[in-house]
Amino acid sequence: MSEIIRRDPRREWIARNRLHPDHASVLAALGVNRGGAAVSEWLGPHGVVRKNPHAIGFIGPNDVKRIDRSGFQQGGQSAATTPVAQDSRRTVTIDQPAFLVAVVPDLTGGRLSAHDKDLLGLARRVADADADQPGAVVAILFGEHKGEGDGELKEQALGDAGIDRVVHLNDEFYAGFAPEARLAALSAVEREMMPRFWLLPDSPLGGADLGRRLALRLGERAATGVWQVEADNEASLGWRCTARGGAGSLDIQRPLPRVALALAECAEPVDETRHAAEQLTLAASIPTTLSRIEDLGQVAVDPAGVALAEAEFILSGGNGVKEWGAFHHAAKVLGATEGASRVAVDDGFMARDRQVGATGTWVTARVYMAVGISGAIQHLQGIQRCDKVVAINLDPGCDIIKRADLAVIGDSTQILAALVTMVEQQRGGQRDAA
Amino acid sequence: MQPDLHQKQQQQGIDVAVLVSIGRHPTTGRARRAEQDARGLELALAMEAELPGTRISMLHAGSQDDSSEAALRGYLGMATGVGMGLESMTLLEQPEGSDAIPALAKHLAATSPQLVITGARAERGEGSGLLPYALAEHLGWPLVNSLASVEKVENGVVTLLQALPRGQRRRLKVRLPAIISVDEAAPAARQSAFGPARRATFEITPTSPEADSELAQWHLAPARKRPKRLKIVKAASARDRFKAAASKSEGKGGQVLTDVTPEQGAEAIYKLLKEEDVLR
Repeated sequence: MSEIIRRDPRREWIARNRLHPDHASVLAALGVNRGGAAVSEWLGPHGVVRKNPHAIGFIGPNDVKRIDRSGFQQGGQSAATTPVAQDSRRTVTIDQPAFLVAVVPDLTGGRLSAHDKDLLGLARRVADADADQPGAVVAILFGEHKGEGDGELKEQALGDAGIDRVVHLNDEFYAGFAPEARLAALSAVEREMMPRFWLLPDSPLGGADLGRRLALRLGERAATGVWQVEADNEASLGWRCTARGGAGSLDIQRPLPRVALALAECAEPVDETRHAAEQLTLAASIPTTLSRIEDLGQVAVDPAGVALAEAEFILSGGNGVKEWGAFHHAAKVLGATEGASRVAVDDGFMARDRQVGATGTWVTARVYMAVGISGAIQHLQGIQRCDKVVAINLDPGCDIIKRADLAVIGDSTQILAALVTMVEQQRGGQRDAA
Repeated sequence: MQPDLHQKQQQQGIDVAVLVSIGRHPTTGRARRAEQDARGLELALAMEAELPGTRISMLHAGSQDDSSEAALRGYLGMATGVGMGLESMTLLEQPEGSDAIPALAKHLAATSPQLVITGARAERGEGSGLLPYALAEHLGWPLVNSLASVEKVENGVVTLLQALPRGQRRRLKVRLPAIISVDEAAPAARQSAFGPARRATFEITPTSPEADSELAQWHLAPARKRPKRLKIVKAASARDRFKAAASKSEGKGGQVLTDVTPEQGAEAIYKLLKEEDVLR
């Protein structure tokens, strides 16, 4: 669509002239007057937006007319047409990249983690340094990508993070611990695309392992623990990096090599532009290697033995829990680590080392289930790094409901019992099928 | 008869080489035994207790002087029994600032142990954690990182438990010879006893050192504190900027289920738990 606004001065003149016989029809044609009320906003003769304050607003308490320009409150008469909040981000498409920056995100739990997004921000900085010759960011994804939503939204999440091209490898032999298969895939990408840089997150059991393997395969001396990258004309690739070394006691300044493993918060994540996230497929097939490492799968770990600070799934109880026996049973069935609010600990229902919150443990769970916890500010501080919060509470107005991604208002004992029955049924059904 | 002999061969155990380095105390900066390498040795000692006949050899590449010797003796004092294989340690002597990888790779290729245990990363110098990977690439052996424990060794295949984030464990089967690296998830190292440490000896092997020229060109400085990330507010209008500064952050507004039966509520929670894949 053309960007040029076409104006018809005669129609605008009619729209301003309330006594003109065609006034109403012209207004309708201009599309200014949607609600049937008087026109409140129009384009003046010089292209300036004119407003009629008498046509907008509503009658508030004490019969005073109020105009709320934030657009949140709207009275009986609908206020003036509020433009839908537009996405101000630029859409960037790079058709002919001068070079490629390859990124291998961890994709923990099928989503881009905060660390991944920081890394993609760094990749964007490296790619966009020269505005005349922009590079493209290629992301190599292993395993399923869940995204936030389905279909197009999924691709959008990748594009919003700053990815221009996506190579998605979702075969089953990349699942679990398969460094040799993944390394073969990355080597194939290297042969085919020859990216100028390889950036990986320096996260344990994700990019830290794969990145070091890749660096040695490519014969590069990788920079590890990179937390700062600056342009430097003297360096061979035009960049200089600062990396943590010697168990965090040293800062090493060195030219940025082809393979770099970056720490979290190495750069700001992308938020001003959106990218295409175009799907690519590898032309050559990836040679299958005979793996000498066989993954026998995860081992069941006693959830009670997992430290609260690093537990993945926490079931936390507070003042609203009346039957602690049922609560412990639920935690066992769900396979969750138990936590507690301060009240539950003070009342002696839980041990002190199970307390979640500012004075207890700051937890990092992926799913945090708060049962009968109203959400004191200290408790909310303790759970601020949790991804998903589920709340079960009787009071719909309490603070944890505002924080929760899913809140169920009701009696916690009954809901937990129903949940336990459901999980047991599902497991029983699976066992029968097997 | 035949199976018995086979049993015996299994019982003989395997050759384990433990690579040790000189650590650095985080506050005083003094030389000490490195935390992760000591855990690696602890793992090897545990294997020896499980699998009689396992031979442990310790290997260090570096220079020999007073402070480093004291640090290395910290490892030698970890086994107090006679015949546990820690009466001596092989020291590949090379001056400070040389590359340890070629010397270690050459020695390991010559002695060919079945299992090599190292710490994940060194506590001084570059500390990039690349050494185990470089050795694996040089020798062509499989590598497993972040090990929690060794479960069993049979028929040249070792079953391991790998530590995953969040306290999870994964069981792996690896064909020997292999390299395994150890970090904080492995069991903590025992104390070092002074007497055995004094009595132990060093077998000094001269090497042809290769200077690490790349490292010499880099600029090394004590670590600076990383700047804290600022909360950047990108707002179009003054009203938005004020709101961002003044109001406390409200959640994105999740789904709230009111007036539902316990079953419906439980079903919604169950769906979320399934979606997040936390139910096992």
